[in-house]
Amino acid sequence: MVAENDPLVRFIDVQKSYDGEILVVKKLNLDIARGEFLTMLGPSGSGKTTCLMMLAGFEPATHGEITLAGKPINNVAPHKRGIGMVFQNYALFPHMTVAENLAFPLQVRGMSKADTEAKVKKALDMVQLGDFGHRRPGQLSGGQQQRVAVARALVFDPDLVLMDEPLGALDKQLREQMQYEIKHIHQSLGVTVVYVTHDQSEALTMSNRIAVFNDGIIQQLASPDNLYERPENAFVAQFIGENNKLLGNVKSVNGQSCEIEVDGGGVVTALSVNVAGPGERASLSLRPERVIINPEIGSCPNVFDGRVEELIYLGDHIRTRVNVCGHDDFVVKVPNASGHAQLQEGNTVKVGWTMEDCRALDIYE
Amino acid sequence: MAMAETSGAPILTVDGVPLKTQLRRATQRSRWRAIGLVAPLFLFVLVTFIVPIGDMLFRSVDNPTLTQFIPNTVKALDRWNGRQLPDELTFEALAKDLKLARMGQTIGRVASRLNFESGGMRSLITRSARKASKLRHGPYKEAMIKIDKRWGQRETWATIKLVGQRYTVVHYLASVDRKFNSDGDIIMQPEVRQIYVQIFNRTLWISLLVTVICLVLAYPIAYLLATLPMKTSNLLMILVLLPFWTSLLVRTTTWIVLLQSNGVINDLLVWIGIISEEGRIRMIYNMTGTVIAMTQILLPFMVLPLYSVMKTINPYHMRAAQSLGANPTRAFWKVYAPQTIPGVGAGSLLVFILSVGYYITPALVGGASGQMISNFIAYHMKSSLNWGLAAALGTILLGGVLILYWLYNRLVGIDNMKLG
Repeated sequence: MVAENDPLVRFIDVQKSYDGEILVVKKLNLDIARGEFLTMLGPSGSGKTTCLMMLAGFEPATHGEITLAGKPINNVAPHKRGIGMVFQNYALFPHMTVAENLAFPLQVRGMSKADTEAKVKKALDMVQLGDFGHRRPGQLSGGQQQRVAVARALVFDPDLVLMDEPLGALDKQLREQMQYEIKHIHQSLGVTVVYVTHDQSEALTMSNRIAVFNDGIIQQLASPDNLYERPENAFVAQFIGENNKLLGNVKSVNGQSCEIEVDGGGVVTALSVNVAGPGERASLSLRPERVIINPEIGSCPNVFDGRVEELIYLGDHIRTRVNVCGHDDFVVKVPNASGHAQLQEGNTVKVGWTMEDCRALDIYE
Repeated sequence: MAMAETSGAPILTVDGVPLKTQLRRATQRSRWRAIGLVAPLFLFVLVTFIVPIGDMLFRSVDNPTLTQFIPNTVKALDRWNGRQLPDELTFEALAKDLKLARMGQTIGRVASRLNFESGGMRSLITRSARKASKLRHGPYKEAMIKIDKRWGQRETWATIKLVGQRYTVVHYLASVDRKFNSDGDIIMQPEVRQIYVQIFNRTLWISLLVTVICLVLAYPIAYLLATLPMKTSNLLMILVLLPFWTSLLVRTTTWIVLLQSNGVINDLLVWIGIISEEGRIRMIYNMTGTVIAMTQILLPFMVLPLYSVMKTINPYHMRAAQSLGANPTRAFWKVYAPQTIPGVGAGSLLVFILSVGYYITPALVGGASGQMISNFIAYHMKSSLNWGLAAALGTILLGGVLILYWLYNRLVGIDNMKLG
């Protein structure tokens, strides 16, 4: 028996190679809980889509085991896995109407005509396309086709739905709207979703947990807020959100904190997260919005002089590029609040940050 | 307000010229240029293709020989009721016509024209003409019957009256193994002359067979071409096109080398021991040879339209269908195959139309049982010189193809067709 709180999907030591020389997925261990919205995020070629295709059954795992609801599925054909899937370009069948597309998985399962019609109608209503059943996919807009694809993947009540960059072809505004719709459908149905994307803001908006892939390895698996605020290595820090990177040598490590001698001069006190030890190279990660302009004296341990190089007005904030400790790509987001610092290009200002906001990590090139 | 403006007087430009006139003037230059670009090809096609074909098709009903060369007889026979022998005046007209035709050296054409309709007429006409030239005065009736007693038979005159029509359907009747009897009713040809219906049926059957075999063979190849990686599929494409670039004659004669009784395949089978020396299989100079050679030659015409359609099918559709629970077979028939129908239709129509009119290959490898309608058209064009019958057979063939095209348009829709 499978207990309710057992993971729905387990990847156990999964490896994948296409050519027998390069491992695309190196050693994947991942548990996905029931009802979870898990996003696989990573740059192209990081192995995330391969993992999804192995789960769907379209690519065999070279090594390791994948289980679904406790049962190994390595040797189960794709059409017997009962997993819904939304493809990158929707993959709606152009020779069928929208209603026929939705009825297809039900007919395959031998459902009666009346039941099929009822379920199709319900699914179309769910994505607010109740009147579009008789249309062909070619007559719908991109967003509508996307909704049909989602409805089709859900209409046969699968426990698990896979989505492979489903919003990639939509424009920005529509993409954001669809993100919320998919999120709401997930919440109301309680279905488990595995979502693949290379768009980090999409991942942050929708997911319960995000697995950041790079180089065939999960770099970090965490909730969106943890991923953003507490990246565990330099790749994650750079890939998620905007990040200031300062390179230097570790001077000393004292429990939680450490001191880093930055290449351009100056010693920064930072949170020791992922450093090899004194004398080794390290990179510092600092979010632009956590940098304080002209901090009160004594409020933070790290205060440096910076020369304002460039100001970019972005409405809600002003992106300010500052030269700090010999790094001229240091960015500070100055909120456009009343009484914010009035900076001019060429000015020298004091910039500071706390120890907790500055994370000392490994080196990622 | 706006409605009243548009529905009222014609819209004028700033200068007061009606907008439509101004528009026509503005686009005149480009219209003339378009006509100029099209004109050379249009004239070429008109002069070398449409006019000759129209003329040829016209010959299937055109029947000038008798009205031209024995006009008085034909005119006299207009009054004839067809029940008894014609009157003395008709005989006189005939005798004089024959005499004139003999002097004008057109008697041979009259004789052959009549001979198409009824065997033995050639000798009757030439002999009678020779003797009639010596007749100086009437009564012509007895004199003519004395020359040949067939002039005393009603059927002879019925044949002349029939063939004497300026425009005729006899060629079409002959094309479907029918003719007029002496009473003017449509009857079957004598059994030994009933060939064309059978040949038409055989032509359709061979074309259908070739089309089906081509489809069965081409479908998997086209699928591979469309789904394999670029490098492999390019090589495969070259293999498909290579025969396409080879001369039709070379390919057909190659089949003779391969398939004949002492050919490569029979030798191989004997050597392996599957068949005995005496049991060599006849694979050429019959219908089998025609079908094999035509299939090989027409295969690219099926592969290319199929390929161009399959290339556009999203490869994720098969995966999508499987993720929705359909096994691969079902996914193929429900999702993939329906999307290839435009290609199947285009390829089948193309191959079928090409094979219906095929000539060289059946002529070379068809033997007696593998001849198709085009071979008979060619025979009547070149050997028997019965152009009227050749034109009628050709017109029927063309009509059949047009009907097929119309049917296809009704069933599948011609705009669904994709040729590449």
